[in-house]
Amino acid sequence: MLILECPNCGVMADETELSAGGEAHLKRFGPGSSDEEFEGYLFHRANPKGVHFERWRHANGCGKWFHAARCTNTLEVFATYTAQTSTVPDTVIAAIKAKRPDWSHET
Amino acid sequence: MSTRLASGGRLIDRHTTRTFTFNGKRLSGHDGDTLASALLANGQTLMGRSFKYHRPRGVVASGAEEPNALMGIGEGGRFEPNQRATTTEIFDGLTAKTQNHWPSLDFDVGAVNAMVPRLLPAGFYYKTFMFPRPFWKHVFEPVIRKSAGLGAAPKDRDADRYEHFYAHVDLLVAGGGIAGLQAALRAGQAGLRVLLVEQTAHWGGRAPVDGVEIGGKPAEEWINDTLQALEGMENVCIRTRSMASGVYDHGYALVYERLTDHAPEMGGPRHRLWRVRAGQIITATGAIERPLSFAGNDIPGVMLASALRDYVVNWGISPGDRTVIVTNNDDAYRTALVLHEAGLAVPAIVDARPSATGDLPQAAREAGIRVLTGTGIAEVKGRKSVTGVVLCAQAGEGAATDEIACEAVAMSGGWSPVVHLWSHCGGKLIWDAERSHFRPDAARAPTGHDGKPFVITAGAASGAETAGDVLADAKTAAGAAADALGRSLPDLDAAGTNDPHEEPMAPVWIMPQGAGPAKRMKMWLDYQNDVKVSDVRLAAQEGYESVEHTKRYTTLGMATDQGKLSNINGLATLAGALNAEIPAVGTTTFRPPYTPISMGAIAGEARDATFQPLRRTPIHDYHEDQGAYMEPVGHWRRPYTYPKTGESHAESVHREVLATRNSLGLLDASTLGKILVKGPDAGKFLDMLYTNMMSTLKPGKCRYGLMCNENGFLMDDGVVARLDEDTFLVHTTSGGAEHTHAHMEDWLQCEWWDWKVHTVNITEQFAQIAVVGPNARKLLEKMGGDMDLSAEALPFMGWAEGRIGGFDARVFRISFSGELSYEIAIPASQGRAFWDAALEAGGTWDITPYGTEALHIMRAEKGFIMIGDETDGTVIPQDLGLNWAISKKKEDYMGKRAQARSHMTDPTRWKLVGLETTDGSTLPDGAYCIAAGTNANNQRNVQGRVTSTYHSPTLGRGIAMGLVLNGPDRMGDIVEFNKVDGGTVAAKIVDPVFFDKDGEKQNV
Amino acid sequence: MRRYSAFAIAREAARYHQGWERAWASPEPKRAYDVIIVGAGGHGLATAFYLGKNFGITNVAVIEKGWLGGGNTGRNTTIIRSNYLQDPSAAIYEKARSLYETMSQDLNYNVMFSPRGVLMLAQTEHEVRGYTRTAHANALQGVKTEFVGPERVKEIVPIINIDGPRYPVLGALWQARAGTARHDAVAWGYARACSDMGMDIIQKCEVTGVNTENGAVTGVETTRGTIGCKKLGVVVAGHSSVLAEMAGFRLPMESVALQALVSEPIKPCMDCVVMANTVHGYMSQSDKGEMVIGGGTDGYNNYTQRGSFHHIEETVRALVETFPMISRLKMLRQWGGIVDVTGDRSPIISKAPVEGMFFNCGWGTGGFKAIPGSGWGFAELMARGYSPLTAEFGLNRFREGRFIDESVAAGVAH
Repeated sequence: MLILECPNCGVMADETELSAGGEAHLKRFGPGSSDEEFEGYLFHRANPKGVHFERWRHANGCGKWFHAARCTNTLEVFATYTAQTSTVPDTVIAAIKAKRPDWSHET
Repeated sequence: MSTRLASGGRLIDRHTTRTFTFNGKRLSGHDGDTLASALLANGQTLMGRSFKYHRPRGVVASGAEEPNALMGIGEGGRFEPNQRATTTEIFDGLTAKTQNHWPSLDFDVGAVNAMVPRLLPAGFYYKTFMFPRPFWKHVFEPVIRKSAGLGAAPKDRDADRYEHFYAHVDLLVAGGGIAGLQAALRAGQAGLRVLLVEQTAHWGGRAPVDGVEIGGKPAEEWINDTLQALEGMENVCIRTRSMASGVYDHGYALVYERLTDHAPEMGGPRHRLWRVRAGQIITATGAIERPLSFAGNDIPGVMLASALRDYVVNWGISPGDRTVIVTNNDDAYRTALVLHEAGLAVPAIVDARPSATGDLPQAAREAGIRVLTGTGIAEVKGRKSVTGVVLCAQAGEGAATDEIACEAVAMSGGWSPVVHLWSHCGGKLIWDAERSHFRPDAARAPTGHDGKPFVITAGAASGAETAGDVLADAKTAAGAAADALGRSLPDLDAAGTNDPHEEPMAPVWIMPQGAGPAKRMKMWLDYQNDVKVSDVRLAAQEGYESVEHTKRYTTLGMATDQGKLSNINGLATLAGALNAEIPAVGTTTFRPPYTPISMGAIAGEARDATFQPLRRTPIHDYHEDQGAYMEPVGHWRRPYTYPKTGESHAESVHREVLATRNSLGLLDASTLGKILVKGPDAGKFLDMLYTNMMSTLKPGKCRYGLMCNENGFLMDDGVVARLDEDTFLVHTTSGGAEHTHAHMEDWLQCEWWDWKVHTVNITEQFAQIAVVGPNARKLLEKMGGDMDLSAEALPFMGWAEGRIGGFDARVFRISFSGELSYEIAIPASQGRAFWDAALEAGGTWDITPYGTEALHIMRAEKGFIMIGDETDGTVIPQDLGLNWAISKKKEDYMGKRAQARSHMTDPTRWKLVGLETTDGSTLPDGAYCIAAGTNANNQRNVQGRVTSTYHSPTLGRGIAMGLVLNGPDRMGDIVEFNKVDGGTVAAKIVDPVFFDKDGEKQNV
Repeated sequence: MRRYSAFAIAREAARYHQGWERAWASPEPKRAYDVIIVGAGGHGLATAFYLGKNFGITNVAVIEKGWLGGGNTGRNTTIIRSNYLQDPSAAIYEKARSLYETMSQDLNYNVMFSPRGVLMLAQTEHEVRGYTRTAHANALQGVKTEFVGPERVKEIVPIINIDGPRYPVLGALWQARAGTARHDAVAWGYARACSDMGMDIIQKCEVTGVNTENGAVTGVETTRGTIGCKKLGVVVAGHSSVLAEMAGFRLPMESVALQALVSEPIKPCMDCVVMANTVHGYMSQSDKGEMVIGGGTDGYNNYTQRGSFHHIEETVRALVETFPMISRLKMLRQWGGIVDVTGDRSPIISKAPVEGMFFNCGWGTGGFKAIPGSGWGFAELMARGYSPLTAEFGLNRFREGRFIDESVAAGVAH
C-alpha cells in the first residue's frame, strides 16, 4: 500500500487516492513518425527492476498528475515532481544518486 | 483425565458460571475461560481430528498457534468453522462442535487412514489415482475432497456486520506483553501518537505466568501500573482482542479487532478491521515454543510445556495427575515447578541435554523432582490419550530404558521469535545458532517509502529470553522508533527483574537422535496436516530439496496455523536430511495474515445495497416507483424498460418504441456525460481529441464527434455543443464521463500543459431529459416558456437556452432515435420537477417513458452505432463507415498515427453493414458470419459477426448490424451466421439504416 | 524412471519408503547445449518436454534462478479454461486444456486435473451479450461452451447469490470441461519427465547476460558460469523485460503484482470455478478444501511479489457479495506474484530481434491454464521456426496494430 507525496497539493497521498499511469517522459510520436518510433512510443516500456520514472494522478484528491521516481524492487520513492516536464529534473537525479550511487540515468 | 484444580487460575472468576454446549453436551466454565480451558476443566481432552489421517487430537497450545483444537462455533447465521478453542472465550449459550469426523469425534470412520499411514506418505496422491482416467474426477477426487477439508461450510447468510476504522499514528506497537507495554509507555511518554494492540483479552503476556518480578514487584502489578499510565495518556490508544494481522508497504498495517466474539449479546459490529498507517511499527509479538519430535508426540495429552503451564496458572487446570516433562532447555522446568506447586505429580523431567545445572533445574531437584539428563522419549503410550512414556538414551536409537505412567507430557524444544510481522514486508532473518532459532536481522529491516526501516522488534520477538533482556530490548526499540520519528526519549533505566540463571538450550530435532524409520513415521511435525519427520525426509530423498518444494510436497506448514509450531522443526529435519546447515535451507515466506481473519471483516460494511456506491439520477426515484426493470450502467442504474402489470419485458419495450415513434416518448438521459471544456485553446484541444474538426463549430451549434485513443480504437462518441467562442460542452456516453474527463486531463496536464484549457465534469449538475417523437415540439410548446422551438429558430443540431414552463433549460435539438427530439438539460435540483411536469403535460399525447432497450432499438433502426456494441476496443471509425466524421484537414488527432498502421489500413478489415434475415427472424446476439473451410488450428473460418441485433417493433422483423468482410461492397449478398446449437441463419447484407433513410422524421 | 503407481507405493511402504529415487536430477551445467530454456516454471519445463517428446531434441538445459515451479506456476489460482473469444487464444488454450486432460497419464505424475467446469457470470446486459458472442465464437472454434440462465447457475453452484440487489446474475458462460489442476504437480511432473529424457534442470542458476555473435545468440552468462547454446528460449514470466534488456531490446510489457488468497479449508461446498468479472473476483475450492480466491492486478510496476491490501479488500467484497456464506470463513493466507502484461494483454510467443532467441511471455494473469499448449507451440516454434498455435502471438503485431484483445468480452482474463 504505497504512499506518495503529491507535489501539487503537498499531501502524503495513500495509494487509494491515486491512480497509476505507467512510464513517464514518453515522447509522443504522431503522424509522420516511423512505424518503429510509433511502436516504441506506444508499447515499448522500460519496465526496469529498479528505478522507474512513472506517472501518477492524485485522482481522488486534487486531480492533478505528477511524476514519481520509484524503485520497483524496494518500492522506495526517491522523489515526486511535476508532470509538466519532458525530462527528469536534475534534483530528482541527484536524489536518486544520493541513495543509489551505482545507478545511472539512461535516456 | 484433566480437571479443574480446587484453587488458582488467575484469569478465571470462579464466582461466575457460564454454560455452553460441546457436541450437544451442556458444560460449564467461568468468566475468563477459553473454550479450551473450559473443556479441559470438564475432562474433555479429545478436541478434534487431524486433516489427513483423522488422528485423535487434543489441545497442544494455549494461544493463536494452536493447530488441533479447531471447532465449529455458533449456529445458523452465526456459525463459523475452524475456530481455535484456545482463542475462543466462552459465554453463555456458546455452541461448539468438533470437526472432520464421521460419525462422531470418539469414533471416526476416517481414522482408517491412520491404520495405513505407510501407504499414505507425503505426496502419495501424485503417484497414484491416475488410472483409469475418468476415475480421478468421478471417484478419487470426490473421496479425497470429502475426507479433506476441516470444518463444515457455513450455510446461512452472515447475521453479523463488520466495519473498518482508519488510524494514523506515529507508532503502532503490536503485542501487549511486557515488551509491548514497555515500548508503548516510553513512546507515549515522549509524546508520540501510539496505538498498542494485543491479540488476547489480557495484557502482560507470559510474564505473570512465569513468575517474573519487575522492579521488585510481581509482573502483574507492573503491568497494571503501566496500563494505568497508558490509559492516562491522550496520545495513546490501547486495544485488547486486537491482532496486528499484517504489515504492508510504506508503513501500512492491519489490526483485526474482535469486538463481540466473546459477548455476542453486546450487539454492534462483530469485527473491526483497522487500516493503520504508522510512521514506525514495533513488533513485540513474543515467541512460540517448539514441540519436540518423538514418536507419539501427537497423542492427546502431549502439550507444549508453556501451554500446560498456562492452563495451570491462568485457568487452574490439572492436565492429569502425572505429567512428564521433556525438554532441551531450562524454561520447561518452570512447568514442573508450577505443577509441583499445584500439588500435581511430575514423575520425571526428561532432559535431552547431557547436564542441567541452571537455577531452574536446581530448584526442581530441590523440590524433589527426578531429573533425567541425556534422556529422551522413545515413545508415548496411549491412543486417544496419553497413558505413559517410554524413555531412552537421547544419544541412542530408542531402546527402552524405562517406562513411566502419566496422563500428560509437557514438551519444550526451545523458543522461536514470532517474526511474521517483521517478515511480511521484506524484513530478513538471521539464524541464531546458540538459541537455534531464526530471529529478525535488525540490519535488514523492511524499508518504507523513504528507503528507511520502519519495523523494529522488541522483546522475545527480537530473540530476547529473560524478562530483563526483554524489557531492555523494548526500551531500545522505543528509542529507535523515536529516533526514526525525529523525537528523543528521556533516558530512564529499565526496571530490574528477578531472572534466574538459565543454561543454554541444546538443539534437539529428533528424539532419540538415532531414531529409525519406524519411529520417524510416528514423529509429528505438523499436527493438523499430519506431516511427520519421515515425510520431510522422503521429500528430501526424492529431490524436493528447496524448502518451498518440501512444504508443498508434504503440506508442512500449510495448515490453518501456517506452521507456527512446525516450521523450524521441519526446516531442521530437512536440513538434516540434506546434510545442510539450517540457514542454508532457508525459510518459506511469511505472508499475512498472522492468524486467519474473517472475510466479513475484510469486506466491511460493503454488502447488498451498499456493496458499491450507487449513483442516482435526479429522476431515479420515479423509475423505482414505477417498478422499472433497472440495469447497472457503471455505478448508475438505468431503467431498461417500464413494464406494466402483466407485460413481459419484450412487450413493454415494444410498446415504448411504438409510442415514441408514433407520438411521444420521454427518456431520462441524465447519465449522459457532460464535460465543460473552456479556454482560448479549447477548440484546438478538441481537434486533437476528436477525429472531427471541432474548432470550426459555430456557437449555437452541435456536432457529433468520435473520440479515439492513441491506439486508434474508438473509445467514445457524443455530441459537442459550442456554448460560446471559448466554451464547449462535450457529451460522452453514459458511464464514460469520468474516463473521458480523466483522459482529457491526462493530455492537458502531461502533454499540452501550455495550452489554455480548463475542463470540468458537470455530469451530475444537470438532469438531461429527452423529449422524443412527432409530438415533442407540441409538448414543449404546451409547457410554455420563452423559447422559440420552431424548426426555423432551433433547427436540427442546434441548441438554445431559455425557459420551458417554469424551468431554466438548455435545449439540444439532437436525436438518437431519428425522431423529432429535444434533449433538455435542467439544473439537477429541478430535474424531477421538470420530468413530472412533462409527464403531466404529455398526457394529451399519451406520453410514454422509455428505457435503455427502446433507446437501443430505435438507434439500431436508424443505423446509429453504439459504443460497446458496434465497438469493442478493437474497432476503428473507418470500420464503421464513419469516415465522414474523420477530418482530412487535420494534421493530427489522437489515434491518427495508429490508424495508419498496416493492419488498420488493411482492406480486408470487417466493415459495418446492416443485416436482415431471409426469414424475418432476429439474428442471434453475438453470432459469427461463417466462411468456407477451417484455419491452421482447425477452427472454422469466419468473415464477420453481429454487433447489434433486435426485433424491430417499427418494422415488424429482425434487424441487425454487423461487421462483415468487404461488407459495404456486398450489398444484397446472402451470408450465413452461426447458432450455438450448430445450425445457421441466412441473412442479407443491407444498408445499416433501416428506417427513415432520408431523415424526414427528425428534420421537421 | 521408475513408474509411479499404487503398487509401487505398496512395495515401497514395506521398506518405509526408503527406495524412492529422485524425481529429477540436479546436475552441474555442461558447457553447452543445443537448446537452453531460461526459466523452470510450467511453461519452460513444458517447452523442454515437448522439444524432447515431439522433436527429439533432448540436449536441453532448463535453467532457473530459484527453485523450479517457484514463480507464477506455484502461486496462481490454477484455473484451466479455454472459453476465449479470439481465435488464436481459443486455439492455444483449448490445445492446453486437451493436453491437461491426459497430462497425468502422459507424465505418469498425477497433476489432479479436475474438469469440474468454469462459470463466468454475466451480471450486466452488456456482459450477457459479450458471453453470448463468446459462446458463438467457441462453437466455431471447437471449444464446447454454452450460455446458461441464472437458474442453471444456481443449480451448478448452490452457494451463489443470484439475486443480489446490485448485480443480479443474468446468466453465465459455462465450460463444463474446464477446471483446475494441482499447480506444483504440473511443474514437478514435467521436470521429472524432462530429467528422465536426459535434460538438465539446473536450479539456483541465475542468468546475468545473453551472449551474442553477429546478431545471433551463442549462450548465456550465469551465476554458475557461461553456458553455450544454439537456441535460447526465454520463459521468465514477470522478469521478461529484464532478460530482454540483457539482450538489448525492449518488450511491449509492464510487470505488475497479481494477488490471490485462500480461506481456511472447509468441507466441499463448491464443485466448479466461478468467475465474476463485473464485480472483479473469482473463486474455486481446492481439493484440500480451501476457497481459492483471486481478482485483478495492482496498478503499478512492481517486482516485489507483494501487493496492496485494498485490492484484496475489493476482491473479497466482490466475493462476499456473490457468495454470502464466505463472510464467515477466514482468510488464511494472501500472496502475490509478478505478471507481465502486454499492450493487448495477450501473450507473446515469438522469435526475438536476436537470431536464435525466442520469447514466451506476457501471459499476464492467466498463464497457468496455457502451460501445455504454450509449451507445445513454443517447442514447435523453436524447433521448426513456425507453429500455427503461436503464429498470431508474434512481437510484430504491435507494430502492425494487429491485437489479440480478450478484454472485449471480459474485463479480467484469468
